[in-house]
Amino acid sequence: MTEQNFEAAKSAPTNAEDAENAATTKASKQVIVPDISGLLDQIDAVLEKNSEEFVSGFVQKGGQ
Amino acid sequence: MSLALPRRIFGVETEYGITCSMENHRRLTPDELARYLFSDIVDEYRSNNVFLPNGGRLYLDVGSHPEYATAECDQLGDVLAQEKAGDEIVSQMARAAEAKLASEGIDGRVFVFKNNTDSSGNSYGCHENYLINRKLDYLQHLDGLLPFLVTRQLFCGAGKLLITSHGIVYVMSQRADHMWDAVSSATTRSRPMINTRDEPHANSDKYRRLHVISGDSNMSETAMLLKVATMDLVLAVMEAGAIPATLRVDNPMKAIRDVARDLSGQALVQLQDGRTLSAIETQRIYFDLVCANIGRFSWELSDLHKQALSLWGQIIEAFEDGDLSAFESVLDWRIKLQLLKAFQDEQGLALDSAKLAQVELMYHELSADRGIYNLLLAQGRIGSVIAKSAIETAIQTPPQTTRAKLRGDFLTAAKQTKTSIATDWMHLKVNLPVERSISLPDPFSSSDEHVQDLISQM
Repeated sequence: MTEQNFEAAKSAPTNAEDAENAATTKASKQVIVPDISGLLDQIDAVLEKNSEEFVSGFVQKGGQ
Repeated sequence: MSLALPRRIFGVETEYGITCSMENHRRLTPDELARYLFSDIVDEYRSNNVFLPNGGRLYLDVGSHPEYATAECDQLGDVLAQEKAGDEIVSQMARAAEAKLASEGIDGRVFVFKNNTDSSGNSYGCHENYLINRKLDYLQHLDGLLPFLVTRQLFCGAGKLLITSHGIVYVMSQRADHMWDAVSSATTRSRPMINTRDEPHANSDKYRRLHVISGDSNMSETAMLLKVATMDLVLAVMEAGAIPATLRVDNPMKAIRDVARDLSGQALVQLQDGRTLSAIETQRIYFDLVCANIGRFSWELSDLHKQALSLWGQIIEAFEDGDLSAFESVLDWRIKLQLLKAFQDEQGLALDSAKLAQVELMYHELSADRGIYNLLLAQGRIGSVIAKSAIETAIQTPPQTTRAKLRGDFLTAAKQTKTSIATDWMHLKVNLPVERSISLPDPFSSSDEHVQDLISQM
């Protein structure tokens, strides 16, 4: 499977003002910008190193 | 003359997934982990099924799920604060479990997920409760909610990478593919969208409790707000008898799955009268119905109802225009979609990679330093609806305008005086020196002289 399954990302302008407005519920920005690679690095730093083991080990019996 | 929107009691129950990652020990089973998570609660209450001073209920559910039910609320701000307080309480339990494990020489991290599926396809829920008028011809009216319920995932879906026979696809809703019935009295076996179990936890001559189990757990406060506010408004229309009898879905289980799979909102919903409506058109109809009835009855809305109504309209318009860019940082399924796409693009990941599954899972994790949603929130990339201080208050303090205040005050007093008591949603009981019980059948009432009397004798 390729990324065609995801919708094409819409390019929205971003600037400092946008970042400020992000604190409102009507923020019209993309969450991952600005500084995508910085953000992804930050996330990578807190992810468990063995993704496969982490994900497959999370098995929870059904509830309700 | 303007009238307030009819007052309604609502509350949200959340089941959390738990797991851990160990440095120097085998991974604990969910049962073992749950025991660590609940050890402080069991020490304090001698039970893993308790009511808390904020009026909510915390318990260990079947399948080793921590579950938290908010106290009964009649204000949208309260239900948001109480739900977030529950997230915080369970997250604090995870930190305490880590500390306890460490004290036993086991180094590891405990994870709590506010999502609805594990990696082997088990599903657990986020159930909404709404008190409705007993006088209604209940079952007949409930069918009028289904077109709304199968399409509201457009704004309150939490998004999911779903494994299908055609490969992995991203869908809007976590729960859509786990719904096996439309309206039923069973929860686990047939997992209906609306559960009809008749437990109002209130005067059963006057009220019924509508138990909606098709919703996703939300991280986004805006999605949480929209989920409860729009349902409250649609129920007001239903109680006014104003949902047209022609709004009936032909096959709700197919519809909820089809809607989940079309991220443009254009999936078609087949109605029983032969019409087909797109998911967006369906939402537009309910939105217009709500607006028309607000005009007809001159309902006065709270500020949060107004905010939710306005956002609901804007989101429908955005779908109609095919441009959701204004809601990228607002709706859970949009936030997560961008995040997954960014990882996929930057790191060349396949859709079925474990890394993407991990990122998806960690979006829902509740710790302040590892949970991706919380990280985005802390950086101001996601907006909030409710002040942090209101959430902190709600950890200890019940909603002040409902029966929850009586329960919360009673439990706080019992805690301070170390009085032996028992409670459920409708009863408060002092065990000693003489057993005395009070029944509270009116969930709208936040004062009761008998409760004051009982507290003063502690």
